[in-house]
Order: sequence, then structure tokens, then C-alpha cells
Amino acid sequence: MSARYKEGDSVRVRTAYPPGHCRTPFYCRGKSGVVVRHCGEFRNPEELAYGAYEGPLTPMYRVRFEQKDLWPDYDGSARDKCEIEIYEHWLVPAEGADHA
Amino acid sequence: MHDDHDHHEHHHDHDHGMYEVDPLHYHPPQPDLEDSKLTHHQIMQMAVAELLIEKGVITADELRAQIDFMDSITPARGATLVARAWTDPAFKERLVADSRKAGAEIDMELGPIPILVMENTPTVHNLIVCTLCSCYPKMLLGTPPDWYKSRSYRRRAISEPRKVLAEFGTTLSDDIELRVHDSTADMRYLVLPMRPEGTDGMDEAALARLVTRDCMVGVAVPQS
Repeated sequence: MSARYKEGDSVRVRTAYPPGHCRTPFYCRGKSGVVVRHCGEFRNPEELAYGAYEGPLTPMYRVRFEQKDLWPDYDGSARDKCEIEIYEHWLVPAEGADHA
Repeated sequence: MHDDHDHHEHHHDHDHGMYEVDPLHYHPPQPDLEDSKLTHHQIMQMAVAELLIEKGVITADELRAQIDFMDSITPARGATLVARAWTDPAFKERLVADSRKAGAEIDMELGPIPILVMENTPTVHNLIVCTLCSCYPKMLLGTPPDWYKSRSYRRRAISEPRKVLAEFGTTLSDDIELRVHDSTADMRYLVLPMRPEGTDGMDEAALARLVTRDCMVGVAVPQS
């Protein structure tokens, strides 16, 4: 599976609440950030949790968020960031972002 | 605190009398390991381990040896890499680019899970947390401390990291970008702290002793 996003791309985390095991933290759902690294392809943990050890792998990225975007009452420095590992199917292009 | 004196909830202002051991002054014994009920996951873990051995997938000795190895890992492993990076800029570049390959150069096995080395600079400070569970670079730091696994650290290190750092005695200026890494999936993280001032004459072994576990999680910075 080829990676849809590359370093520097603006992305948004889908606002979704599927049942079952998933490794996308609640606090970043619906939030926008920037891809800082494509980490490679991995098993989708949502399928892996139920024993799916075969099939295609899923690209996974590190996405950087502004802390003030994640926490409305964040009281640290305006420079502060948070970086999270997110699987491709959780990402959509950020509004206004230009993706091929 | 869980020391031997947990059960001393009463005050020792009464007289013990003439006896060294007062039969009326009862100290309940420390509970044995078997006194707490097994959890569902403990039972499952024991059952899976027994099955793997019974079916010949692994031997009991292999299982024991792996636990023995994991328990033998201390933060000194991570510190060795950091001290080498401080004294060899080319090694530092390779460590940040691919820690597994850099570790192999000095015969250090980093295991199957990629460990990303996050370099502190005069303008960026890194902090590691796993908000979903307790992912930790065990191959370089050993078993995580209890606070790292606590709900309090996991919640606060992500939402109010500067307050958490201050409680660990680490104050960052607002000019410094604090970058929190949530270890949510297939990567693990190690902070590469900055080499402290006044350490120019120190050799690699002496430098490694300055690099503590807390510095490599990012809640502290090395002191010379």
C-alpha cells in the first residue's frame, strides 16, 4: 500500500468513535496537524486486536499538533507541540490543503 | 509508600512494657504474593505460557531466559548510547537517523520495535508519554517506573506537561518548544538530552553516569 501523505502535509484526524480496540487517542480526533514522518507500514491495530495477522499493511505517520489546538485551556508556551502516531485510515486532508 | 511500616497506622506513644515483644501488640504480617486474587489477565498470561511450553513452541528455559534478560536491562544501556552521541557527532547523526543500526555498531541489540531518538536542543525539549497504556523503550531503559504507568502522568504529561515537568524539578523557559511524544502505536521513544556545561574533560564512561532514566524520558535534564 503506497503512502498517501508525505512529510509537511496538513492533515486532520477523522472524528469517529468506532467500537473495539483502536490506538487513535480521543483528544486528537477532529484536530488538524502536520505530517512530520512516514514511519512505514504496519498492521492495523484495530484488526490485529482480533487476530488478523494477514492482508495488506497500513501506512502510519507521526503527526505534529499545536498543543493549543488540542487543549482549549492549554497554559504552556504557544510554541509547544504534541506528536502522535496515527494510521492512514484515520487521516483526511486538512481543509484547504492541496493533496494529489 | 509501600515499605515494611505500612501497617503501623497507630501511634507509638504507648509503653511497650517490660516485654521486648508484647503479645497484645499485634502486627499483621505483610501479605504474601498469593494473598491477592489473580486477575483475569494474569490467569490468561499463565495459561498461554503453559500452552506455549506444552505445545513445544518455546521451552520453559527460553521463557525464563527472556524474562531474566528483560529484568537485567537498566537505563545504563540508554546512557551508553547518549554518552557516545555526546562524544561522537557522526554517531549522534546515525543514532537519530536509525537507532537500531547505530546500536548494532557497538553490539547493542535494540529489539524488533523501532526506537526513535529525539534530540533536545537549545530550542526544543522532548518528553515521552504513552497515554493509551505504558509503551516504553524497555530495550534501552528496562522496566518503567510506576509513575510512568500512572493515569495521572499519562493524562497530565500530555495536557499540562510544563506543570508535570515543574513537579519533577524541571523548569523550561517559554522560549523553548516543549514537544510531547505520545507513544501510541508501533514506535518507542528515547530522549537524547543535551550534554551539560562543564563536562569537557570527561570521558564517555564518566559522561554516561550523568545520563539518568528521567533524563531519557525527558522529565529531567542531566546535571554535571
